[in-house]
Formats: sequence, C-alpha cells, structure tokens
Amino acid sequence: MQSRIRTAAFLLGLAVVGIAFAGAPAQDLKSFEQRITTKVLPNGLTLLICERPDAPVFSYATFVDAGDVNDPMGQSGLAHMFEHLAFKGTSQIGTTDYAAEKVALAKVEAANDAYEAEYLKPVGRDEKKLIELKKIFLQAQAEAHKFVIPNQFTDIAERNGAEGLNAGTGLDDTMFFWSMPENRLELWAYLESSRLADTVPREFYKERDVVIEERRMRTDSNPEGRLFEQFVATAYVAHNYGRSNIGWPSEVSQITATEAMAFHKKYYVGSNIVVAVVGDVKASEAMPMLEKYFSKVPGGPRPEEMTTVEPKQFAEKTVAIHEVTQPIYLEGYHRPDYRDPDDAVYDAISDILSNGRVSRLYRSLVRDQQIAAGAEGVSPYPGDKYPGLFVFYAVPLPGHTPQEMRDSIHKEIDKLKASDVTDDELAMYKTRTRADLLRGLADNQGLANDLAEYQTRYGDWRELFLQLDRVDKVTKADIRRVANQVFVAGNRTEAWIETEAPAAAAGKDGGAQ
Amino acid sequence: MKSLTMRCFSRIVLAGAIFTATLLPIALTAQQNKPWEKIPIPKLHEFKPQQPKRIELKNGIVLFLQEDHELPFVSGSVVIPGGSRDEDSAKAGLVGLYGQAWRTSGTAKMNGDALDDLLEAKAAHIETGGDEDSTAVEWDSLKGDADQVFSLALELLLHPKFSAEKLQLAQQQEATSIVRRNDEEEAIAGREGAKLVYGANGPYTRQPELATVGAITVADLKAWHDRTIGGKLIVGVSGDFEPVAMEAKLRAAFEGLPAVKPIPARHDTFAGPKPGIYFIDKEDVNQSNVQIVGLGTDRHNPDVPALAVMNEILGGGFASRLFQKVRTELGLAYSVEGGLSFAYDHPATFNVSVLTKSASTVDATKAAMGEIAGLTTRPFTQVEVDRAKDNILTSFLFKYDTRDKVLNERVLLEYYGYPADYLETYQASLEKVTLADVTTVAKKYIHPETLAVLVVGNGPEIKPGLDELKLGPVKTIDIAIPMPGKQAGEPGAAEKRQ
Repeated sequence: MQSRIRTAAFLLGLAVVGIAFAGAPAQDLKSFEQRITTKVLPNGLTLLICERPDAPVFSYATFVDAGDVNDPMGQSGLAHMFEHLAFKGTSQIGTTDYAAEKVALAKVEAANDAYEAEYLKPVGRDEKKLIELKKIFLQAQAEAHKFVIPNQFTDIAERNGAEGLNAGTGLDDTMFFWSMPENRLELWAYLESSRLADTVPREFYKERDVVIEERRMRTDSNPEGRLFEQFVATAYVAHNYGRSNIGWPSEVSQITATEAMAFHKKYYVGSNIVVAVVGDVKASEAMPMLEKYFSKVPGGPRPEEMTTVEPKQFAEKTVAIHEVTQPIYLEGYHRPDYRDPDDAVYDAISDILSNGRVSRLYRSLVRDQQIAAGAEGVSPYPGDKYPGLFVFYAVPLPGHTPQEMRDSIHKEIDKLKASDVTDDELAMYKTRTRADLLRGLADNQGLANDLAEYQTRYGDWRELFLQLDRVDKVTKADIRRVANQVFVAGNRTEAWIETEAPAAAAGKDGGAQ
Repeated sequence: MKSLTMRCFSRIVLAGAIFTATLLPIALTAQQNKPWEKIPIPKLHEFKPQQPKRIELKNGIVLFLQEDHELPFVSGSVVIPGGSRDEDSAKAGLVGLYGQAWRTSGTAKMNGDALDDLLEAKAAHIETGGDEDSTAVEWDSLKGDADQVFSLALELLLHPKFSAEKLQLAQQQEATSIVRRNDEEEAIAGREGAKLVYGANGPYTRQPELATVGAITVADLKAWHDRTIGGKLIVGVSGDFEPVAMEAKLRAAFEGLPAVKPIPARHDTFAGPKPGIYFIDKEDVNQSNVQIVGLGTDRHNPDVPALAVMNEILGGGFASRLFQKVRTELGLAYSVEGGLSFAYDHPATFNVSVLTKSASTVDATKAAMGEIAGLTTRPFTQVEVDRAKDNILTSFLFKYDTRDKVLNERVLLEYYGYPADYLETYQASLEKVTLADVTTVAKKYIHPETLAVLVVGNGPEIKPGLDELKLGPVKTIDIAIPMPGKQAGEPGAAEKRQ
C-alpha cells in the first residue's frame, strides 16, 4: 500500500483464480463466498467481514472514496490534512471538557480568519496589525489547547495491541488501517466509527505545520520527489492529477479547519465508505455489533462525480532539471482509467516490459546494452480512478545520459508496436498474475485493503477474482493495438535530471524549491 | 525508484508545528467520561502457534519443516553463515556482488538467464543474497513445480558457476549505488551515524568503494563460496507439502554433505563514538536530519527486557516522551523516534533521530537531548511503565501470528544459538519488568555525555548555528566519493557534492 503504482499494478494484476487452482482449500471465489459477509447500512456505509480464523487476530481497512484529487481549487493537500485530523480524537476522546473546547476552537477559527484576511490584502496590508492578529491567533490556540489530552486516540489503540497503525492519503482515496488481537474487536469498532463520525478539528494548525514538514521531506529535500512533482504538473493541464497531492506550499499553509470540516461533511458520508475486517471474526456475532457502531456515521448524498476530463494531449512536453544529483530519466503517456476494457492490456504490457530479469527493458538496457542499473514501464500513475499515465523510467549507469535512456526505451516501444509479443511472454504474464493473486491472499491486512478497494471501485469485492476473465482474454493483437494507440510522441511528457557540476550550482537555491 | 509514492502517511509523518509560543502545560483536569473503558474485552481465543519440526542431521546441518496447507505454494531457504562483516576490507562489497552474481550466473548445467526463463514461466523464484552476517538461497513456487524448483535451487547451492559477465553486471549496479549514495539525505544520515558509532572502516560500516568493488574477481566469488558453504547450513521449508516425503527429500539432499565446520564466535567490541557535534552540508534540502548516536547492546544481555520498556517510554509510540515533547508539545520536529537497540550477536547502536526544518535544528536537537538525559533525571511513573508494557505485550502476538513468522523466528534463533523458546521467555521477562528495573537500566545505559550528534542539513539555512548546542567545535564530515584513477586534490578526484 505504500505506492499508488504498486497498488494499482496489483489491482490490475489480481483477478485470477479458480481455474488453475480450483479445488484447493480457501483459494477460490467459492470459498470466499462462504467466508465473506457484506452489509450495507441504512446510512449507506458498507461493512465487509472475511472470516480467517487461523490466529486470534484481525486486520481492518477503512476505505474512503475521496483523496487529494477532490481538494477544491486553492486547497491542494486538504484530504491529506483531514486524514491527519482523524488521529486527533473525538468529542469523547482526547478532551477534558468538549463543550468548553468547542467554544475555544470557534475562537481559534475566528482569529485565523481575521489574520488571513489581513495577510491576504492585495494592497494596504498593516504589518503592525498583522503581528497583533497573529498574537491573538496563537493565544486562542493556547486556550483551546488547555482542554486537550494529547494523542489519546492512538494511545488507546496502542495499549490495546494495535499493530501497523497508520493511514494513507492518495489522490484517489484515503485509507485507515491496523491489526489487533480479536478480543478488541468491539473496542476497535468504537474507536474507528467515532473518528469517522465525530471528528474534532483539534490542534489543526499545529498539524498543518506537520504536513508542511512532510512536504519538505518527501518533495523539497528529495531529488525524485522534485522530479515527479514537476513531471505530473507538466503532463496534466486540466485534471487534478497534475497537482501535487501533498499540496502546493502556499495552499497547504493556508488551509483552515473550517475547510477541513467541510471536506469531512461532504466526503465522509456512509455511501462513500467501505470498512473491511479480515481475521478471527465470526460474522454472525460481529455484524450486529459493528452495525450498531458504524450506524453513527452520517448518511447524506454520495458526493457528485468530477466533471473535468483531461483533454487530449497534442504536444510533446519536456521537463529538464539541472542539479547536482545523479541523472534519472522518465516519460509518461496518458492512458484511460481502471474501468477501460483494455485495462488488463496495460498490465500485460507492463509485465512483459518490466517484471524481473526476463523483462524486455531489463534485458535490453541492463543486461545487453549495459547502460542502466534499472528500467521499467509501469501504470497507472499517479492514480487509477481517473485517466493516469503509463510511465517509463530508467536509472543510468555512471557515464550514461538520460538521452540514451530515452532512445533505448523508444526502441523497445517501437518493437512492441511493430511486432507481436511471443506466446511465451503472454502466457507468462497470465501465469504470474494468477500466482501473485494467490500469494496476496495469505496476509490479513493486504486482503482487507484489497477487499475494501474492490468493493469501492467495482461495487463488488468479487471483482478481485472475476477479473480473471479480462486477463485471460488479452491477446497479442490487443498489445500491439494499444501500444500503437498510446505510445505516440504527441501523447508524451519526458522528464529528467541532468547532473550539474556543484560549482555551477553555487548561489542557486537548489532544485525545484 | 521504489519510491513512486503518492501516499502520505500519518505515522511516518510525525511532528511539526511552529507556534512554540502556544506552549502550555498539558491539561491536568481529569477526564470524566471514558466510554471505551466500559467496552468488554473477552478472553482471547485459545492459540498455540504451530512450531516447525526440527531435524538435526549427523553432519550438523539443521532442517526445519513448517506445514501450511492454506495456499498451494512451497517455499524454502538455506542460510549460510558468513557475511559482509567477514569480508576483506580491501574487497568491501564482495558479499553484495556475490549475492547478485551467484544467481545471475547460474550453474554449469543451466546458466542464470536460462534459469530466469524457466522459473518465471512458472511464476517461481530462486534468489540468492547476502547481508552483514549471512548469505542465503531462497526459492518458492506453486506446489506442482516444487520438486523441480527445489532441485534447481540445490544445484545452485552446491554447484554454482560464477561468470565474469554477470560479475561485471553486478559491479556496474554497485557502482551506480556508490555514485548515488549522497543523493538522499536520509541515506547519508543513517550511514554516517553508524560510522560514528562503529568507526568508519569497521565490520559493520565499511562501505564498498569504486576501487574495492572494481578489484573483485570471479576467483574471489568462488573462494568466498568454498569458504562458507561448509558452515552450519540451516534449511527451512514451509508450505503445502507432504511432511514424510519432504523430510526424506531434504535428508537425501543434505545428509551426504561433510560435517559442518564450526564458525569461531565473534567478539566485537566497540568503544562507541567520540562525543561531540558533527555536520554534513547538503545544499539541496530544507530540512535537517539529526542523529543522536551511541553504543547499544546485544540480546544476551539480561537487561534487555527492561531496556525494551525504557525504549517504549522514550520513543516507542504516540505516547512516548520524545513524541509527546518534541512533536506534540513543542511542535519542533517532524519525525522523532529512537532508542537503544539490541542485535543477536554484537552490540547494536543507540539512536534517536529527529527531522526538522533547517531553522529549528538547534531547538529540536536540544529538546531530543533533553528527553534522553531525562531518562535518568525525570523519574519514571507507574503510568508510563504500565502503558509501555501494555503497548509491547498486547501486540506481542503479532510476532508469531503466522506460520511463516514462527518458522523465520526459529531459523533466526538457531542461527544465533538462542534457545527455541526464547520468545516465550522474553515475553515472561517483559511481564515482570518493574518501575525500579527501568530506573536501574536507564541509569546504567544512558550517559548523554558519551553520545555524538550528527546533523545532515543545509548549512546556510541552519540559524541559530550548531555551535549553539555547546557540544564543542563543529566537526565537518567529508562524504566525497573517491574516484579511482585520479590523484587526491586533482579536479574530479572526488565528486564533492556540496
């Protein structure tokens, strides 16, 4: 779950069970039919339980169908900010006196509004007044802080054995997850349903600075982070996939708690949430209890679908970063979203080009030409819910240039367009996909994540297995057709780092800050 | 490029916050209503983890068989004693190259490329690798291919044929990582922090250089293989197999090998770092990576359970002192964590790390140092000790909740010569740790004046400067990458990055 690409590739790759391995215990769709119970609550929230009673533990995944792609204009990074807030407690957890704290938090908000109004004045900003307003803002936060019991939410979870406690925000969605001993199921249901339903914008402005620190680490202070941010920002002209999901510095630094709570109200409604539990849990006993807790999540209409569609790219684009770090080359081509009938074809291309030492890019750039340390073509990036990119990258060996990487990648793409892949390559893709699906079933957390994701994306967890059909139907002609359609210059954005001598960099502010 | 990451995680994303002016004592008012405490916690379902069957052959080789019929796979590994800590420092990088070229070269019967084609068509894998204390061959496949894949893995284990071509490929890969090793701040901080503790050219810290990697030959790989293969091999197999047949197959494969040669026990001793403040300048970052380092201990030490509780209090979770102080209360750090580590057979390190924006480097470092020193000056409370023990013990189950984890643990214990019931004993000792025990070990092991502080960051942005830490003169560490074939001082002799 740590990378969208990996998740998405896995998502594409899954799909295949039943045929080759039918008859084995616990491994096919039929056996999952017997072990999985789903229930849609009156508020629209979907609960899913998968019984896997090997050890007295369970894992859960809460999948919210909203991510940073949904951040309103001018508020990039908002979904991620909200995810941080979901660890700060509720009206019962993390406070000594919620009624008084609520009043104090309203004052914080008013003080921030006053400060921002002055700060953003296009002309005539009063610097003295600004300092005064800042002081009031800080004082209001201090007053609110008096009611806070820091980190109480996570403290309760950790003392009760929460393992791998974390959450992640992608462009497409937000996930919360951990594992626990099975006798804490009800306690977990209380904690999880409370934070979804009853979030309090506690310590919001402190947390905003945390997120800015996160940006410093992931993007500003990391060469690859800088490159990828510029790459997607160039590849997209209209769709929010072009926006950094951690947010632009000027925007994250001005997100307000009011905006975060508005995001919560709109997107954290039952119909937009799936909660999956996998482990030593009996659905017949647990479901009524879970229903009681998760009914607290507000109902409300499913958020409207996004109208923006990235227009067809017609100009080749390039990004060249000159800095002291070592070179990297990447390029991306727009492709359709995960619902496209050719979805599995993209997965086949990625597998044949990139999977292991038998892959075409490894054999060409790494083994035979000996110009790269690694090379792959993967998709989709940066998300799969909307049309993403098919991305190629290569890491040059010392002495080799990004341009050599590009030329060699293009040669491999041309081969894919000019002649069919072999029967062996296609068969290998299908076999590996099937085996990877099975391997993924062994882990409670991984399974919970996948079931929640498939239930959300397809409206039915069974698609995890039923995609077998689409994988099996991929033909050599499909691969050629798609390659010719998508891998064309006008649909391409190239980006690279070219190493610059440190002396020339003197006096510069270093990269893309 | 594993990091095509677009997700932002909360946990790794610890602290932050600038408004230090808002600091106030944490609320002291008692919380009236704690509904979660009324939720019943039933007795945990009975659980006895399935232990693998252990067989010690007459020649000293040990086999473990762990049956698991849930999925139709069989996987296995052979662990071989000896790793990079045992290599010649003039050939630093040897074990890394060996681990790569062993598999990519293949055997006399089938070269590595042919092996790739055959295995990948079956979605099967055989891989080799090496780390600081061992090397290994690992394999996995669908049940139906298990016999063939095992034979191939065994052939690779006993009859490898190292090729010059594949060695060269591995050398190129290694050279790429060497020239890139100063690109990422975190990598620099981790590597250089460890060097302060163990010394720059010690068994756990010497780094491959272009010259040492370039000097390695096929004969070196072969010599390493011949030298280590006669050690005490540990074979672990798990998955969907028939146990009687599997045992017979493993016996047939390994019983005929010569008696294993014992490996002399290591007696690593380290003086620990020279206390003081060290700095590495990196112009393209806006956040400092601070490492506060010293010497740790090993797991034979009877103080380990109490130290584990101390670690949890210092930097274990959201409620830990470092987290509460540096992140939540002061809002000075972004990510803050650490403690005193234990290795199985040599002293590990003490390490506390803090990530903070350049301008708050000094404040964040002082705050973290304050929490370390506080372990001996600010008495532990019963609440802290209870919470730390709860955190560790309630999730202890996750150390053995799958059959693979149980098998891996047993292989580890066998390798380092610990009793098979180590985990149970350790858990029982943890349960017995008292407040007095934690106080005692903190006084025994925490000596702030012996620690070194390393800052990797953007020099001109760090204001106030590091001299404000009052840890003596700031010592700058040169991390320039030596380029062979050039004289020192000549342009391009070292790729100085800042």
